[in-house]
Amino acid sequence: MYDYTDFDRDFVNARVAEFRDQVERRLTGSLSEDEFKPLRLMNGLYLQLHAYMLRVAIPYGTLDSRKMRRLADIAEKWDRGYGHFTTRQNIQYNWPKLRDVPDILQALADVEMHAIQTSGNCIRNVTADHFAGASADEIEDPRPTAELIRQWSTDHPEFAWLPRKFKIAVTGSPNDRAVTKAHDIGLRMVRDEAGEPGYEVIIGGGLGRTPMLGKVVRDFLPKAELLRYLEAILQVYNMEGRRDNKYKARIKILVHESTIEKVRAEVEAAYEANRALLPRVSPELVAEIEAAFAPPAFEPAPDTAAPVLSAGLRAFIDTNVSAHKLAHYGIVTISLKPVGGTPGDATAEQMRVMADLAEEFGHDELRISHEQNVILPHVARRHLPAIYARLREAGLATANVGLVSDIIACPGMDYCALATARSIPIAQQISETFADIDRQRDIGPLKIKISGCINACGHHHVGHIGILGLDKAGVESYQVTLGGDGTETAAIGERAGPGFSYEEIVPAVERLIEAYLDNRLEPGESFLAAYRRLGPDPFRAALYPEEARSDAA
Amino acid sequence: MAPRAFKPQMATGNDLLEGDVVYFTAEGGWSRHIAEAAIARDKEAAEALLARAEAFPNQIVGVYLTDVTIDPNGHAAPAHFREDFRTRGPSNYPEHQRQA
Repeated sequence: MYDYTDFDRDFVNARVAEFRDQVERRLTGSLSEDEFKPLRLMNGLYLQLHAYMLRVAIPYGTLDSRKMRRLADIAEKWDRGYGHFTTRQNIQYNWPKLRDVPDILQALADVEMHAIQTSGNCIRNVTADHFAGASADEIEDPRPTAELIRQWSTDHPEFAWLPRKFKIAVTGSPNDRAVTKAHDIGLRMVRDEAGEPGYEVIIGGGLGRTPMLGKVVRDFLPKAELLRYLEAILQVYNMEGRRDNKYKARIKILVHESTIEKVRAEVEAAYEANRALLPRVSPELVAEIEAAFAPPAFEPAPDTAAPVLSAGLRAFIDTNVSAHKLAHYGIVTISLKPVGGTPGDATAEQMRVMADLAEEFGHDELRISHEQNVILPHVARRHLPAIYARLREAGLATANVGLVSDIIACPGMDYCALATARSIPIAQQISETFADIDRQRDIGPLKIKISGCINACGHHHVGHIGILGLDKAGVESYQVTLGGDGTETAAIGERAGPGFSYEEIVPAVERLIEAYLDNRLEPGESFLAAYRRLGPDPFRAALYPEEARSDAA
Repeated sequence: MAPRAFKPQMATGNDLLEGDVVYFTAEGGWSRHIAEAAIARDKEAAEALLARAEAFPNQIVGVYLTDVTIDPNGHAAPAHFREDFRTRGPSNYPEHQRQA
């Protein structure tokens, strides 16, 4: 865990004091709403449909028990007893009162957290693989890189007013769990011919109204060159990104309109100039940051036989425990997707249970995934029975990770002022429809992702089944996309056809899944594999049976 | 093309301190209950309603007009589903709903 330096602490405390003063001035009327709004947004405070919403950054999704307990305390003291973990590894509180927000920010600052740069046209919270530092397939822990970028990008004076928001994701593994191809910049750790780790740099990815996969701007960047190169990308974007139309302002549009070849030439030229102007990343700083993310003191492998497991625990391990780099350890994913629940929501009590488990059994480490689950990255397998028992008591033992009910959903029109339709009730109904865990396991790996508007916070374009809620002439309408993929085999889903009403969409998803079960070669062929083999036709026929019948007539 | 037929409107916004959804009333104040919302029945009345509602910049934020439908008993209801949801609160936690 990275600990704040005196500089970090002073900086965050000063920002809290500044915002406290700004709120006071707003309450006394000396700041107008037009003046105050950009100031509150810089501190993560939005006004949503029913209330304010505070978005708190969880840098690269990493937490310890102290921080998680503080998130629980805040939910209880200043909110309504719960929080919502988001697809950007943040947490959102849905009911803060304006007068309380400075106190909330101070409570966060006291545990080295903040809400800075969680809004606005700046470099947002840097996201990373939620299995970072633990996964068996990793080249290097991506979090020191993410932390370095956080330090560089926080309050960077040149990049505080970019044409549009800017999102960076880092993965240290060939298996991409950080959706790097759907970010403004994606960094994939790779090795060069000499075996030295560095980055493949991807730019111009993004979802939203114009979904695009990122393109490789550089095959290999030595680690020490990272900031000079990122600085170059941001310089080019800051100068040339469009400011005339916010819908065309992301770097993906620049790359698309200008071509990757042209942008690459400009970035490389800026990078050459930076090499003369800016220092390399100091090896001392890198060493300091890397030391902060040193692996915990793992316990030695046991010499006793593995315990006999109950059927419930075996099922939980099958779905929710992933391979750790040590064979006698596992990575536990705690599903925040109970049947009928709100994806990503946790109560204060549940947050405390997760904090306790991390402290007692997990080397005091927790992660938030972009898939809206919570991870215990380092768990000795001998503790799994105890952890499972405690999770069950807390309603956190749903064994559905990676299955049909492990749905990503944005807050949608239940909370969000930008939404054009609801997302959460669709997710709830799908998870109730497929509540039977044996049925879910039979269906196998399936990612359903739901967004309540075109901005695509619910990542619907990269869902195997994507659902986009729209307002069609005053009625909620849901568009289905098929075949999306957010991993190293990334793909943007293809729109299946006309939209469905609120009442029709869940039965339509059920028909899709029935069509998959009817058409798969064998149970080991996943939904995505079957879609890639068969193309959209059998799935479209299931979605639109009337049309299929009239075509056949 | 003929001008769009005028639909009755009300003025709504959010409370600065609490963030709550509020409606401008016939008495010239603000209420959390849609039943108390003042209704404008023509364009001139709507403009006047908005002007009056916007006179509370340090109490109410994000003020705008929105269409309503009037039932035979004279009760106003939001014309659009977004405004309908705003009258009730999020659907995923019944205990956080209001005026249910």
